[in-house]
Amino acid sequence: MSAGKTIRVTVNSVIYERTVEPRLLLSDFLRQELALTGTHVGCEHGVCGACTIIVNGDSVRACLMLAVQADGATVETVEGLGSIHKLNPLQKAFQEQHALQCGFCTPGMLMTVTDLLRKYPLATDEDIREGLSGNLCRCTGYEHIVRAVRTLVRQTEGTP
Amino acid sequence: MTEVPGQTAADLALDDRQTRPKNIGARIKRTEDPRLLTGRGTYVDDRQARGMLHVAFRRSDHAHARILSIDAAAARAVPGVAAVLTAGDLADDAVPVHAVSRMANYYATPIRALASDKVRFVGEPVVAVVAESRYVAEDACELIEIGYDPLPVVVDPEAAVRADAPLLHEEAGTNILVQREFKRGDFEAEMFAAPVRVKGRFRFHRKTPTAMENRSYLAEYDGGRDELVLHSSTQVPGIIRNALSEALGMPGHRLRVIAPEVGGGFGGKASLYPEELVVALAARKLGRPVKWTSDRMEDLTATSHGFDETIDAEMGLDHEGRVMALTADVIGDVGAYSIYPWTCALEPVQVVSFLPGPYRIQNYRGTVRAVATCKAPTGPYRGVGRPISTFVTERLLDMAAHRIGIDPRDIRLKNFIQDHEFPYRIGSGIVWDRSSFTDCLEAACKAVDYDALRRRQAEARAAGRWFGVGIASYAELTGIGSRISVAPGMPLNTGTETARIRIDTTGGITAAFGIASHGQGLETTLAQVVADKLGVRVEDVRIIQGDSAAVPNPTGTYASRSTVLASGAATLAARTLRAKVFKAAAHLLDASADDLVAEDGRIYVPHTNKSTTFKDVARAVYLEMGRLPGEAREELEAAGTYDPVLGTTTSASHVAVLDIDPATYAIRLEKFVVAEDCGRLINPLIVDGQVHGGVAQGIGAALYEEVVYDDDGQILTASLVDYVVPAASEIPPMQVVHMQTTSPAIGGFRGMGEGGTIGAPAAIANAVSDALAPLGIEIDELPVTPERLFRLIQAARSRTGDQE
Ligand code: FES
Ligand code: FES
Repeated sequence: MSAGKTIRVTVNSVIYERTVEPRLLLSDFLRQELALTGTHVGCEHGVCGACTIIVNGDSVRACLMLAVQADGATVETVEGLGSIHKLNPLQKAFQEQHALQCGFCTPGMLMTVTDLLRKYPLATDEDIREGLSGNLCRCTGYEHIVRAVRTLVRQTEGTP
Repeated sequence: MTEVPGQTAADLALDDRQTRPKNIGARIKRTEDPRLLTGRGTYVDDRQARGMLHVAFRRSDHAHARILSIDAAAARAVPGVAAVLTAGDLADDAVPVHAVSRMANYYATPIRALASDKVRFVGEPVVAVVAESRYVAEDACELIEIGYDPLPVVVDPEAAVRADAPLLHEEAGTNILVQREFKRGDFEAEMFAAPVRVKGRFRFHRKTPTAMENRSYLAEYDGGRDELVLHSSTQVPGIIRNALSEALGMPGHRLRVIAPEVGGGFGGKASLYPEELVVALAARKLGRPVKWTSDRMEDLTATSHGFDETIDAEMGLDHEGRVMALTADVIGDVGAYSIYPWTCALEPVQVVSFLPGPYRIQNYRGTVRAVATCKAPTGPYRGVGRPISTFVTERLLDMAAHRIGIDPRDIRLKNFIQDHEFPYRIGSGIVWDRSSFTDCLEAACKAVDYDALRRRQAEARAAGRWFGVGIASYAELTGIGSRISVAPGMPLNTGTETARIRIDTTGGITAAFGIASHGQGLETTLAQVVADKLGVRVEDVRIIQGDSAAVPNPTGTYASRSTVLASGAATLAARTLRAKVFKAAAHLLDASADDLVAEDGRIYVPHTNKSTTFKDVARAVYLEMGRLPGEAREELEAAGTYDPVLGTTTSASHVAVLDIDPATYAIRLEKFVVAEDCGRLINPLIVDGQVHGGVAQGIGAALYEEVVYDDDGQILTASLVDYVVPAASEIPPMQVVHMQTTSPAIGGFRGMGEGGTIGAPAAIANAVSDALAPLGIEIDELPVTPERLFRLIQAARSRTGDQE
């Protein structure tokens, strides 16, 4: 086993300091070292999007980053959104529109949409579909996910 | 109409009088969602156990070879490696299991934890390394040396059936693992007499279910108690429990298989896997928790594949387009083993069983051969056989309509079994009960404005654009009961389900089932049923499922059966329990049980102030002695077992609208409409979601997905870059229309989890053919990729060029 490197990462506003093997994936770091198992792993080669998290304000694939690369970074994961008893508006929209079935792709979807909503107007359904195209869902056929995002965009437009 | 046990007029009248149902049929938000939306769902790989070890597999890189030697010394020496296991090491720990069946002409291949003597497909597990971490286990795996003697590889099923073909299983004496034939009527004479005959050789390529969660297993063994618990990402914890009992020689009460949160299955998690056996065996052998989680490459190479058939089919019709006869010969490429418990017959036999579809086709012959090749075993995949049968029959109908010069919609309307003809036995022996065959097609055409689309098409054609509309209609058997079995004598009972509902001392209501939800939202739908039948609120009911210890005959979720069977069982159990509660409540309220009504957890006599609650009844029964006489203090628990005997018929019509880019040959789906009849809806939100997901998988099957093996049996689609699962940008907006013909099953429900995948490939194949009709192109192979399309168009153009 190679020597460890000590890293400091802020995840959902909590600062963690851990010594990790340089080859440890960021996804494994979150899941195994920090027990933040909401971030899922579906392919480990950057295609499925299940592991999507937000690092320093941009969505990234946790399976394509090493934990050591996140040294000093600010990370947001699904655990940082709303809680079971107080879902955030995006999570609520997903529940109301039935935008999840098995829930495996859901954390990655939520993080992708969180990032999209911060950055883009998502004016049309095509924009939404384009924005989601890096996240695979095998259950929903995307229809309800698109509807959930569209409803949310409309709501946010409605509020000044 | 004959009365169905559990659904008699008296039963229904009683339910009506005693409860105020408000949940069945409502768009209720799922109770599963909050935990899944916040990352708090617990999938198998999310679990940790103290002292847990991790497995990595060394898999075969040969498609067919004899194993000469395994040298694992270097792997064993890696620090952190707890064990390196081969078939030889496990020989005394387990016996092989077999997917047995009473079918004639069937050979059940032995299923072992690790390959012994021979490997039969690339990706077959040969050695398991158990270590402190997955990283270490994988390091050690690479140090293992396996000596192989390569054998001739069998990849083409048509070559595999030749007398001189190398055999995968020498003991079978052939590569044909099953052979069956279905016949009805004078198909030969009718075909001969038919003035219009259309035929083709159809090819539906191999797919893989690709649930987003890879398979994962965690076994914990308690040596002191001799108890083993396997957490498995399976659809079928009950079936796995039974298989482990056989393989490990442990009685079922010492084994428990739990399927916690499962990230999709689609059939790929409905079978027993060698890795499941290895994890269980290693945990027992080493006395420590052992976990394995598949990576995506392992998933694409070693999770059961689906479909993969070649069908030679011919349809004979009269001048008006009425079908006179249908014949088909099917070869199913089933891969290297006969999968447990379904057998390798499941998939290809369903093709011949369902080819006659929802049509009045009395003269029919279907033959099928399931052929072993050096590829991953095929197993159930959403739709099982029916996406293929529908593809073939619906293509033939369109070809015939084209030939005769009638509209594809009209040829179907002409041939549908009519309402007065149900129950109707089709050429393969399946019996359809009443379902909206005609109404579904008409509703789908209306929703999509079919006539307007045809006008648009005329304009598009005039402008030289390729614009197509495709219809597919089908019927499927769902919620099957004890009298239906795909492979007679399979080691499982698909025909019944049991529910146990109990009220504890605190008034808590727990309903336990043998099924296992993996995205279908059964925790919500079953709570809706229990709540309505008991007279409580949805949130008062806790559903236990996905646990082999929940009921004596645990099963799982597959074959579009869970809602029909489990709801039926829940209804029966709830009725019995309600009677017990009412008996006690009647004493407490000094009223007649006949006058009571249960609603939202309250029990009352209407128009009086007499009222109590389920909670208070529980207290009176269990805790507060003296409030009730002994005979009214029955334990508040009831079980119900339901068998729908024949099952229910679900039907649908799909319409695909698309255009083809003349420059890139990319197919752009504009819209997809489904009109379906799954009987009474329990939760329309969930039903819509199931249809959407199924259609998306059907679109994948039609346009993108294909497992490819080369001539050496090497798999070329072992990543999600090569095996293309459609993303949101490839899926069109969808619309679902519901017909609700109540079924003869309890509650009037029909199963519907697979239907989307059954209709979509055929509808798309028809739409692409329709778009390219000016070139005379008929799609007979799926997926129709841009490359295939390019070749077809090239060939058609050179044909027309020759003619000119
Ligand atoms: S697990 Fe990271 S993209 Fe699939
Ligand atoms: S909800 Fe199952 S993969 Fe998206």
